[in-house]
Amino acid sequence: MTGHATQPAAAVLRLSADDNVVVLVRSVAAGERIDVEGQEVVLAVPLGLGHKLAARAIKSGEKILKYGVAIGSATCDIPCGGHVHLDTMQSDYLPTYTHDEGRRFSASA
Amino acid sequence: MSILRNDAYLRSDGRKGIRNTVLVVYLVECSHHVAREIVLPYRDRGVHLAGFGGCFPNSYAFHMLVALTTHPNVGAVHLVSLGCEGFDRRGLLERIRGSGRPAELTVIQEAGGTQASIERGRAWVEATLAEIESVPRVAMSSDELIVGTICGGSDGTSGITANPAIGVAFDQLVEMGAACIFEETGELIGCEQIISERAVTEELGRELTRSIEKAARYYTVLGHGSFAPGNADGGLTTQEEKSMGASSKSGTSPICGLLKPGDRPSAGGLYLLDVVPDGEVRFGFPNTSDPAEIIELIACGSHLTLFSTGRGSVVGSAISPVIKVCANPETYRRMQGDMDIDAGRILEGRASLAEVGAEIVAATLATAAGAETASERLGHQEFVLGYKQFEPVGPACHPSGR
Repeated sequence: MTGHATQPAAAVLRLSADDNVVVLVRSVAAGERIDVEGQEVVLAVPLGLGHKLAARAIKSGEKILKYGVAIGSATCDIPCGGHVHLDTMQSDYLPTYTHDEGRRFSASA
Repeated sequence: MSILRNDAYLRSDGRKGIRNTVLVVYLVECSHHVAREIVLPYRDRGVHLAGFGGCFPNSYAFHMLVALTTHPNVGAVHLVSLGCEGFDRRGLLERIRGSGRPAELTVIQEAGGTQASIERGRAWVEATLAEIESVPRVAMSSDELIVGTICGGSDGTSGITANPAIGVAFDQLVEMGAACIFEETGELIGCEQIISERAVTEELGRELTRSIEKAARYYTVLGHGSFAPGNADGGLTTQEEKSMGASSKSGTSPICGLLKPGDRPSAGGLYLLDVVPDGEVRFGFPNTSDPAEIIELIACGSHLTLFSTGRGSVVGSAISPVIKVCANPETYRRMQGDMDIDAGRILEGRASLAEVGAEIVAATLATAAGAETASERLGHQEFVLGYKQFEPVGPACHPSGR
């Protein structure tokens, strides 16, 4: 597909047939081309293993499905191969607490 | 059912230990230094430090210290009191002595201060180490084993490798007759239905759902849930995503009871430990860190704990060994010395889930038979105990209770 003599091991893993996200099984560099279920995707930023990519285009407000269940909702349209994380989805339960929020909290405390 | 070892430590209540630890316990932060100094020369000889820092009495803390000082892995206990704190030191001493264990109390204000108390404590520990060598040794089988599990420093790999592998191990251990305990109802938020459907009775299923709803309410009041910044760096985005990964540690066995800290499983099988306090929110976060949850699993009788980590936690525990199952192959390569099991091999196609599950069972049986874990070798003996409040569980929580 990318013309390599030996094809590198798949970079992403699908956890359930119903999922609209896949999981990175190795760290990938910015600009790296990877195969997301038949579609070639160029990554804008470096991402560590365990991060989620959209397995297909996802509309804003759509449920994000991992392990075959909803783990939250998209907060914007996400293209196939887009990073599915704090900037593009949110919990349907509790807000996620991040380093930045932690710093804001400490500063205002 | 299989024999784990022929030389387990028999306690007067019939329970059997896989370690024979001397526990030195401070009963207020003001006696922490003296207790630590007593332990220091013996830290490599199975003498552990535990304690409660608060000056105000708390029935949860008392109940926890009774459960911990009479845990089957504990052979003897030395209590260290300043003298003016609110803890019921005489009540605790009576409970420990009632269990047949050697137990002593040093009250710093009566013993003549810091130096005299340290000398008194060390002399007692020295003599007691020799005394507890004569504890009766007996055969112990897998249906007498209690195993806890917890995840800490989770990332996007935890729910794919280490947690489901621990689930595989839990299924096998339950089949061998062991009691297995998973915990943190706050990490089941979003999985209420899946969990409650696994209960052995409908009443228990409703209790399980209620315990998870209680956690959601509690965490909502506190402003955020069981989700640390490192979880997001590791690719986890939401509480319910973390929950799905966390709950896979429990395997597929039916859930046969709901415990609160200090409650013991009545028989073999799978149990959920409810760590979130009852009543209105008070005293702050339910558990301030992973070691506090490990201590609650131990208070329920856990002989050892299976700890799943992706980001790379290093902790162990006082009283009961911790087996570290590393979910992330990159973390394992970086922190190999802290890990017992390399579950990240699953991601790289170097092992199957079933193979790693079998390795975890083998490590559990070896540790129960006396083998040291990585955190034991490195001297980890974390202990955290804070303020909480609980109502006793109702009869619906123990459908198989004897």
